[in-house]
Amino acid sequence: MATVNAQAPAGPASSAAGSRRRRRRLRTLSRRDKLVIALMAGVPLALDIGFIWFPTITSVLLSFTHWMGIGGLGTAQWIGLHNYAYAATTDPAFWPAIEHNLIWLGAFVCVATPFGILLAVLLDGKIRGSRIYQSIFFLPVMLSLALIGTIWELMYSSNYGLINSVLGANGANNAIDWLGNPKLDLWAVLIEACWRQAGYVMILYLAGLKAVDPALREAAVMDGATPSQTFWRVVFPVMRPVNVVIAVITFIESLRAFDIVYITNRGTNGLELLSTLITNNILGETTLIGYGAALGVVLLVVSLVPIITFLVVRLRQERST
Amino acid sequence: MTALVTQPAAVAHTAPAKRRRRPGAGRAAAHVFLFVAAFVWLVPLAWTVYTSLRPYNETVKDGYFSWPRTLTFSNFTSAWSQADIPKYFWNSVIIAVPSVIVVLLLASFVGYVLSRFNSRFNIPLLILFAAGNLLPQQVIIIPLYRIYLSIHLPKWLSSSGLMYNSYFGLIVINVTFQLGFCVFVLSNFMRSIPQEITEAGLIDGASVWSRYWRLTLPLCRPALAALGTLLTTWIYNDFFWATVLIEDGSKRPITSALANLQGVYFTNNNLLAAGALITAVPTLVVYLLLQRQFIAGLALGSTKG
Repeated sequence: MATVNAQAPAGPASSAAGSRRRRRRLRTLSRRDKLVIALMAGVPLALDIGFIWFPTITSVLLSFTHWMGIGGLGTAQWIGLHNYAYAATTDPAFWPAIEHNLIWLGAFVCVATPFGILLAVLLDGKIRGSRIYQSIFFLPVMLSLALIGTIWELMYSSNYGLINSVLGANGANNAIDWLGNPKLDLWAVLIEACWRQAGYVMILYLAGLKAVDPALREAAVMDGATPSQTFWRVVFPVMRPVNVVIAVITFIESLRAFDIVYITNRGTNGLELLSTLITNNILGETTLIGYGAALGVVLLVVSLVPIITFLVVRLRQERST
Repeated sequence: MTALVTQPAAVAHTAPAKRRRRPGAGRAAAHVFLFVAAFVWLVPLAWTVYTSLRPYNETVKDGYFSWPRTLTFSNFTSAWSQADIPKYFWNSVIIAVPSVIVVLLLASFVGYVLSRFNSRFNIPLLILFAAGNLLPQQVIIIPLYRIYLSIHLPKWLSSSGLMYNSYFGLIVINVTFQLGFCVFVLSNFMRSIPQEITEAGLIDGASVWSRYWRLTLPLCRPALAALGTLLTTWIYNDFFWATVLIEDGSKRPITSALANLQGVYFTNNNLLAAGALITAVPTLVVYLLLQRQFIAGLALGSTKG
């Protein structure tokens, strides 16, 4: 476990002396120390593999089978790509779910994330009341998504909700059923999701902005750059690591969308998402394990895009420091 | 940048006058924008609070969108007793407290090994943990659900005899799922602690364990406090795992019990508002007292610790 990689590039300052010291230290590890190290890394690793990576791989394998979940795994039949073909050609909920996930992503990319970044940039300056504003925009991030769904039901309720009351549309005839109309409900729920996501992005971006060396900005201002030039040409490029994190979070959170939709109507009637289709395969009336697994694999493949982006950027960063 | 640096001094000379005027107007616009946005942001919560404070009879007669005649806390007391809220809170405590402690402990183990010993396993380990943490939960749920149904536990650990529908099972998945993020943050944080401190321990002949437990871990207190705050909130807010992996409604923690509360309160929106606000109390306490810790935790994950 703890063998030194002799080729490991040593930092410029430490160089030969440093690596010699490190090698010496590792040679002094007793057998008991080695056992401790193996356990410290091994127990969490076993959990991670057993309950995350094993199910992930099993999901891929199950996706090629037909299994009702009754009886042992031996009753599962290998059916090749049939589940995927069924999703693409027969299941009426599959393409709407993909479309809704894409709309969700679009709303985060075009609305929530830019809005959060704008808030962060505005609040990073020495504006009066910055702390209070930050706290207000941050508040929804603390609440559970299930709770957010519940709170907004009080806003959207067709007869008693605030929105219809303000619009004067809470009568019996002209009531707008925000969460019951399949053409409206996705947009109504997206407002809820953006309400939280914008604050999340704001807080992350603010943390990044605070870490930017103020001398850099002062230099730009000294040289006569306008605030927007300072931001786009000096601050934004330096913020690259945080920008990547924000991009990854925006992507991942739109694929993870589940709680709000599930508490609203269990992901039906215009609110189908990949995540709810998978879950309803367990909690719903029909259980098609293989098919549910195939949907999970679709979600996995899409998720790999942001995950790999994140890992590549982070590891490159590791190496450069 | 270089273009800006080489600008002639004359331009820089005239700049201050221009700068003084423009930020003035810009600043006013920013204030108006922020004020309006903040107002809109608070409306949903303010509406919930207002609804929760009004008697049901009054809202039936006057409608919800009306001036109040009386305000009362009675909705909170009835919501509390009608829906058995203390039981659900206790379920949340049983699940969240051990989960947070175990995650921090296990993640600090891995973080320590990754930050103090170089081996060819370091990068694969980091990838395994970090990627596992980013997967959407639904990717693994179908097999996980079957796995939970097939693992038998002794009765003292799970009254159902299975991993499924047990507090233990829920703790395990919460721990495992949060591990990746914490490993990532803590290994970065530990790497920023100077090696010399643990080297000093080595000269005294300290074992790996005591170097970890007595020298490194105490220095990680800020990161552990920030992560602890973050994890408590996240695990408390978990809805998905408890909804799928706990069958018995009375065993569910409060966040996932929210779905049932809607049925309990029926169409009484005043009670629903009060009940919803009660479930928010623990997170609001964190928000008011530990906001800085929470934000520090998020920042540790996004910028380099």
